[in-house]
Amino acid sequence: MAKQPIITVNNLVKQYADFTAVKGISFEVYEGEIFGLLGPNGAGKTTTLEIIETLRIKTSGEVTVDGFSIDTQANQIKQRIGVQLQAAGYYPGLNLIELLNLFSGLYGVRINPLDMLAKVALTDKAKAQYKTLSGGQKQRFSIATTLINNPRIIFLDEPTTGLDPQARRNLWELIREIRSAGTTVVITTHYMDEAEELCDRVAFVDGGRIVGINSPDSFIDELVAAGFERKKQVKQANLEDVFINLTGKEWRE
Amino acid sequence: MTSYNNTRATLAIAKASLRSIFRSPSAVVFSLLFPLIFIVIFANIGGGAVSVDVGLAKSSDTLNPIYQVLKNYKVVRITTKQSQAEMNKNLDKGSLDAIIDIQKRNGLPAFTIDVKYTAASQEKGNMLRSMLKSLLYQFNTQATPNNAPKVATMTETTIKGREYKYIDFILPGQLGFSLLNIGVFGTAFVFLSLRQTLVIKRFFATPVKRYSIITGEMLARVSFALLGAIVIISVGHFAFGFTLVNGIVTVLNMLLLSFAGLIIFMGFGFIISGIAKNETSIPPLSNIITLPQFLLSGTFFSTAAFPSWLQPVSNALPLTHLNNAMRKIAFEGAALGDVTHQLLILLLWGIGIYAVAIKTFKWE
Repeated sequence: MAKQPIITVNNLVKQYADFTAVKGISFEVYEGEIFGLLGPNGAGKTTTLEIIETLRIKTSGEVTVDGFSIDTQANQIKQRIGVQLQAAGYYPGLNLIELLNLFSGLYGVRINPLDMLAKVALTDKAKAQYKTLSGGQKQRFSIATTLINNPRIIFLDEPTTGLDPQARRNLWELIREIRSAGTTVVITTHYMDEAEELCDRVAFVDGGRIVGINSPDSFIDELVAAGFERKKQVKQANLEDVFINLTGKEWRE
Repeated sequence: MTSYNNTRATLAIAKASLRSIFRSPSAVVFSLLFPLIFIVIFANIGGGAVSVDVGLAKSSDTLNPIYQVLKNYKVVRITTKQSQAEMNKNLDKGSLDAIIDIQKRNGLPAFTIDVKYTAASQEKGNMLRSMLKSLLYQFNTQATPNNAPKVATMTETTIKGREYKYIDFILPGQLGFSLLNIGVFGTAFVFLSLRQTLVIKRFFATPVKRYSIITGEMLARVSFALLGAIVIISVGHFAFGFTLVNGIVTVLNMLLLSFAGLIIFMGFGFIISGIAKNETSIPPLSNIITLPQFLLSGTFFSTAAFPSWLQPVSNALPLTHLNNAMRKIAFEGAALGDVTHQLLILLLWGIGIYAVAIKTFKWE
């Protein structure tokens, strides 16, 4: 089955005054997949994402998103993508419904805020302010704001950082649902178990370059085939399984 | 896909911002509560304490209506008993604030008023000047419509006589103070915090235009400030008898002038939001802008009371000219066309401030 690329990044370079954050990155994201950008802090993941999201100006290279060029058609791209920023805040003093109404004005679409909140299980928080939400609720609300314009692609920058295991699993569930509804998901994360669980394909970024791109399974198989062995025998369960087993699957608010 | 609507985006931001302002206690306290408290305090202590001592020249006519009205002003104390020489001496010392000499003439104008002020009491001289101007305005507008000779009409007209109360002085100043606070503090805080909490960055991930963000925020602040102005003017008028010479027309002129002043003050806010490193540096920077104007722009007392070396400073500040124009409009019944001098100075300030703001403003 031939996969259709929805994002094409070709030889992307981002040069800041004193250093080069992105040094010629090329990759494709296929329509309908969950694609992970993995790598240590400062590897250039966020810079790459923000260039694709039209929030940052590239130095050179080509990027097309859903057939539109980031150089000349930024506005068309903005109408087709949903963006969740690492650590972004929301307009102060407004409740969730009012924030969603604000975003519907910004995107120029008509939505029912309660429907959006229902998608991320925040209906009972409709009148709450963003700052009073728990970490998991904040991330779910952020994701709701990315869905307002019914986007073709959503970008999630470290959405599960700082969440407890229950909230994290709950968010994975939400991301899978969004993908099953036909939306392509591009995600960055520091948690390899998360990438393994969630992503169809991942790209490893280090020092501004892509050092590998494949499905999580293929990567692991390759490494094992090359003779890699873990120092400690892998057991049938890990400590997180114990955590979930002891504290239950329901997420806490 | 339907075409994108910038106006809708702008209004969405304006609505969000206005909601946010109304929910922020500091915005309401500084721009509405403080001015109202000052008005209440000064309206109560000011009223009885102020009086203008005027000597009536020996040669003056005393049967004319202007004198009759002036005589009944509570603030004006007219002295007739002193000799001309005594009066001149007292004027020199400042124990008299002015000497007036009203002459009846056979032609037009029917009356001439000769007023001698004193440098020893400039502030009260200014009060008297305002009162006389407004009195003459009333006489002249009432005399001209039926084209009758002025003398005849005047003797027949009963003038209620407008009293120059301290509220007439203090309210325009407090209105200016409110506009200054909303413009400078409000704008500086909102743009810095939207920038720092990445709210603006998230906005940029939507198709919204930059000018929509600026216009939306300005629209919200203008709506809030003008609503506040209406509250301040209403409280002043209905509770303390603030004079609105031409009623609703005067209010509209005051609102237009408030709008002009607010645009300029928001320019200061844009500059501060650009140069401030974090939220804690906003109050000191804003105070550098607002405090001197608060003290030196005739908010509480007439700028004429300042020593001569301070006058040029005071005359350079935009709030001084806003206050002066506001008082002329409210009490003397001037229209915006009559305060073009002040408007011109405000315009120059506007051009200068926005030139700097464009250079210093930061989006991220």
